[in-house]
Amino acid sequence: MDGKAGGAAVIEVAGLTKRYGGRTVLDGVTFTVGRGEIFGLLGPNGAGKTTTVECAEGLRRPDGGTVRVLGLDPAAGGPELRERVGVQLQETGLPSSLKFGEALALYASFYRAPRDVRALLADWGLEELRGRRYGKLSGGQKQRVHIALALVGGPEVVFLDELTTGLDPQARRATWDLVRRVRAGGVTVVLVSHFMDEVQELCDRVAVLDGGRIVAAGTPGELVERAGGASSVRFRLRGDLDPAALPAVLAAVPEVTGVERDGRAVTVTGTGDLATAVTAALARADVVVADLRIDRRTLDDAYLALTGRPLDDDA
Amino acid sequence: MLRTIIVSETRLRLREGLTPALAVALPLALLLTFGLLPHAASPSADLGGQTSREYIAALATAVAFAVLALTMLPGVLSDYREKGVLRRLHATPVRPTALLVAELAVMAGASLVSLALMVGGGRIMLGTALPRAGGWFALAAALCLLSMLALGTLISAVAPSGRAGNALGVLAFFPSMFLAGVYTPYDTMPHGLQRVCDWTPLCAGLRAMRAAWSGHAPTAMELAIMTGYGLVATIAAAKLFRWE
Repeated sequence: MDGKAGGAAVIEVAGLTKRYGGRTVLDGVTFTVGRGEIFGLLGPNGAGKTTTVECAEGLRRPDGGTVRVLGLDPAAGGPELRERVGVQLQETGLPSSLKFGEALALYASFYRAPRDVRALLADWGLEELRGRRYGKLSGGQKQRVHIALALVGGPEVVFLDELTTGLDPQARRATWDLVRRVRAGGVTVVLVSHFMDEVQELCDRVAVLDGGRIVAAGTPGELVERAGGASSVRFRLRGDLDPAALPAVLAAVPEVTGVERDGRAVTVTGTGDLATAVTAALARADVVVADLRIDRRTLDDAYLALTGRPLDDDA
Repeated sequence: MLRTIIVSETRLRLREGLTPALAVALPLALLLTFGLLPHAASPSADLGGQTSREYIAALATAVAFAVLALTMLPGVLSDYREKGVLRRLHATPVRPTALLVAELAVMAGASLVSLALMVGGGRIMLGTALPRAGGWFALAAALCLLSMLALGTLISAVAPSGRAGNALGVLAFFPSMFLAGVYTPYDTMPHGLQRVCDWTPLCAGLRAMRAAWSGHAPTAMELAIMTGYGLVATIAAAKLFRWE
């Protein structure tokens, strides 16, 4: 797999396998996460995403392979590692009558060098939730609580598992901003998601899991490109130009892989930043076009090409 | 760290209100209702010569122990497991064991409040005598409480959900009450039934506390039954307890 980690590796997973009963859930998962990255684990339900991060969090013991987080083995389970790692897990909660402020103070007491609870509340605009009982919070508010709990120990790495599942679009966007702010604070983020838009929006690099294997890894852009000719640009030539001159103009553009012409309607296909390259070349040659349309391939298309089925096909 | 969790759990139990109701209101209601009946201060032949006030104080103590340990504790712990509270703690430097220990401490604390209320409150409000064999009474109460807490932990260990924890707890609670002689005093039970009751920890606990209140030492059998149930339940709970 290419798509190497940017900074020093904070998480190194090699040949990770896990079986439940006779069923192989993870089959040789390998990836690295660099310091300061937002790294995405993408895949449909049941692909093994959660099991992968649970092995990295020390909640599950791998059957094979090695996992190192901050140079330590999570399965050895030392509190040393848990001091430096924050988690937001699926299917976890707090006692329903516990107030948010109390929960933060309680969790802060678990760590040797916790963040200042007041400052954390202020930073995240959570003061108004302070006296609210956990059981009375909305889904979005609960997610903010769990992000705050993941950060209260002052971690170097946080794992966020299906952070925005069940949230409305507005709450999702707000949560994405929170994740960016976590990274801006110097924390490495591992984001588990089955939402393509989320991964494309947030992640520096992505590993696509399918059936317990990593089928692709790289930046979202690389994945799109590798899945085959990323995009196409369509336009109509203005009347005063000779259509025969066009191939010469576009031949010099390396991103272009094909040009189709039907009368004055032209479709250019290619890779990389095709739209910019094509429009720049046309401008240099003083070619005036109309009805310019860019058809960008997305990570959705890449996923379909890589796994043979659309991502939201969870079944 | 453990202290912080105990403080937090105590605050939660007080806030939810059920624990203080069971630990304070329930035994107090029993004590005052039966303790203020006519002739409650005179020895009763149906109670093996004990006064009804001393009998009801010991009984209400045992009832409080049982209701807190057998129903409250499993309700809370299995709810925490079901909601993922224990699972979340797994990912912190504190292990979920700390929460289990804290919850046991809170329930033990609430039980001791009941005990103090029955002994001290009975003395102040009704003029009931303090347990005449104080040391034996303390030992009997301690073993009774520990055996109940161990059984409650075992129920928490096997209950798959908060609701199931409650249900299993109630299922254990009512037969325990019957066999301890809460509905029909042990002294008036048929002989055969008494022999069955002798083998249950709450009955042994209540009989031991009653004996100590009257100034006698509990029997070795009573102490052994409580200790045995406590040990076996503790070992089984430790083997069976699941955090998620």
